[in-house]
Amino acid sequence: MKATWKAKLAAASVAAVFGSAAHAQQEIKVGVIYPLTGSLAASGAEMRSALELAADIVNNGAKGIPDLPFSTGGGLPNLKGAKIKLIFADHQGNPQVGATEAERLITQEKVAVLVGSYNSNVTATASQVAERYKVPFVNPESSSQSLTLRGFKYFFRTTPHDEFFVHNAFEFLKEVEAKKHIKIASVATFSENTLFGNEASKLQTRFAQSNGYNVVKQVTYPAKTTQLTSEVQTLKAANPTVLIQNSYSEAILSMKTYKELGYLPDMILANDAGFADTEFVKTLGKDAEYVVSREVWALDLAQKKPLIKQVNDLFNARYKINFTGNSARSFTGLMVTADAINRAGSTDAEAIRKALAETNIPASKLIMPWKGVKFDESGQNTLGAGILVQIVDGKYNTVWPADLATRELVWPMPKWDQRR
Amino acid sequence: MTFDLLLQTLASGVLIGLIYALVAIGLTMIFGVMEITNFAHGEFLMFGMYASFWMFALLALDPMFTLPFTVLLLFGVGMLLYRLVIRRIIDAPPLSQIFTTFGLMLLFRGIAQFLWKPDFRTIENSMVAGSVNLLGVQLGRPQLVAGIGAVVVTAAIYLFLNRTKLGSALEATAADKEAARLMGIDSHKMFALAWGIGAACAGAAGALLSTFFPIFPDVGANFILVAFVVVNLGGFGSVTGAFWAGILIGVVEVMGGLLVGPQYKTAVVLALFLAVLMFRPHGLMGRA
Repeated sequence: MKATWKAKLAAASVAAVFGSAAHAQQEIKVGVIYPLTGSLAASGAEMRSALELAADIVNNGAKGIPDLPFSTGGGLPNLKGAKIKLIFADHQGNPQVGATEAERLITQEKVAVLVGSYNSNVTATASQVAERYKVPFVNPESSSQSLTLRGFKYFFRTTPHDEFFVHNAFEFLKEVEAKKHIKIASVATFSENTLFGNEASKLQTRFAQSNGYNVVKQVTYPAKTTQLTSEVQTLKAANPTVLIQNSYSEAILSMKTYKELGYLPDMILANDAGFADTEFVKTLGKDAEYVVSREVWALDLAQKKPLIKQVNDLFNARYKINFTGNSARSFTGLMVTADAINRAGSTDAEAIRKALAETNIPASKLIMPWKGVKFDESGQNTLGAGILVQIVDGKYNTVWPADLATRELVWPMPKWDQRR
Repeated sequence: MTFDLLLQTLASGVLIGLIYALVAIGLTMIFGVMEITNFAHGEFLMFGMYASFWMFALLALDPMFTLPFTVLLLFGVGMLLYRLVIRRIIDAPPLSQIFTTFGLMLLFRGIAQFLWKPDFRTIENSMVAGSVNLLGVQLGRPQLVAGIGAVVVTAAIYLFLNRTKLGSALEATAADKEAARLMGIDSHKMFALAWGIGAACAGAAGALLSTFFPIFPDVGANFILVAFVVVNLGGFGSVTGAFWAGILIGVVEVMGGLLVGPQYKTAVVLALFLAVLMFRPHGLMGRA
């Protein structure tokens, strides 16, 4: 492998010297670190598919989708048609493994850029390694705010972070109150105890209080727990109007426990993650109905944005699944990365970093409901925005913001014994 | 804090505790008879869950009907594993034994992920779906049936060990390998039997869990840690010890979660565990 890589490089440079670069084909290695095994493997597999599709579009094009960058195919034009080659690494949801894999990809595979890693805590350690080696790290999905507060020079995050989402969520609650003529008496948070859950619940509590809501309870539970009985009992006793929930794979277990113990608030306002997985609706079926989740993406956005439908059709034709908020962001993250490498016109880390910092992609070229991609000093995309969706008839329907909404919110969510 | 709430929580704790007990009984049995810690025990549970799932998905047979078959299947898996792998490491240093079973754990998870994808699966609309109201306490029917199933299986094992010749031979091997051999008991047969029963217990737990817990390749990880604590607390090798310790852990976990705060539920369990070990280093019912 290594020999051919070197040979190709040599061929490319020779070709460049003699000015006949036309058929020199370079490969640009992009390291991607995701949870491919372990309890998050289901999400990991979807994101992997999305990344593969993005790389394939850059390398081989996508017919009939002129709005999508690189849809003409043939690799990166500014690098003489160089192809993107994804080198996958599995972090198993483990921050130590993430850091080791980042180091391996940089030192042994010599990747030009790293993309990853879904879990905020893994992104934290893996990007630290990248920063040390001065290799750009593009993060498409992690929403923990602290990641862009570290003053890193090589870290770029395309997704909005938790503060955007929490801000959106409370705008939404205010609108619900006005529209439905109700008063939300109290809220409670329910979170898993890793970085994601802890930070999100802290933010939610702060925003809730500053918006004048009474936070009656903050419940956390250990990730990978076998049962949530005492947690749900505690919530039942506190009886909040709106339950704000931050869960990964325990999202399913929590819904089953609610049903078992006959508990439901007027609204479950979930913070994406486990509630956004294809598995959630597939596994729970009818019992998943009426959950509201903040999202970054929903399939019904296609009604307002044809590009989303076109790319999703392509994805579905190949992998037999639709995009989710996770995989759509992974896809977008890699497209942004490809755009930067192309503008950099080289695989030099510094040039790519500079190109990333100068990124300016308009909303029309994205499959996201964002106003675009443009990074600030800290590496945060400032043009991102979230949406809120509600599961009705087994589908995620956009209910906020009003201009993208495809369905009216069902409030309150029907209690278990009123369902049929 | 109402009485209802306490009663409800207590009931949930007992029910999950019975599942912990069933998983731990298999583990303690294998350890008791041959002093090998089986790190792949959670994977027996996982195989039990998948066996139930596939018979449900492909043949539309309810996990409750297929339970005996799942138990037999896992019994076979346990015996086979002993014949193929474990027999070769009986006299190996403890570290090799640990690495062997640990390696098996990774292998089994890998196999499950390869064959059945990492997706979460669930069994919808099992015959035991829904919930019942007992004296104002809301109990999930799957949990209730699982709890009863766990009691039945434990009772069967208890009777087998104490009332049958084969069971006594197994106990004798556990007590003193050499003496048992001198009495004409084939220790290899006994070891294989212990692995069979151990795996069957985990398989039964898996089948009972499959009606209400999501099924995925790593599911064993959620239960194995607690099973080790139960085995320790009950006393290594003690079936009755594991039974009571399982219930105790289940109750302490949910009650601790409710009274002290859910974020401390694991800490409460482990604190109790440490306290017991301080005063009874061999566990509640362990042999010195």
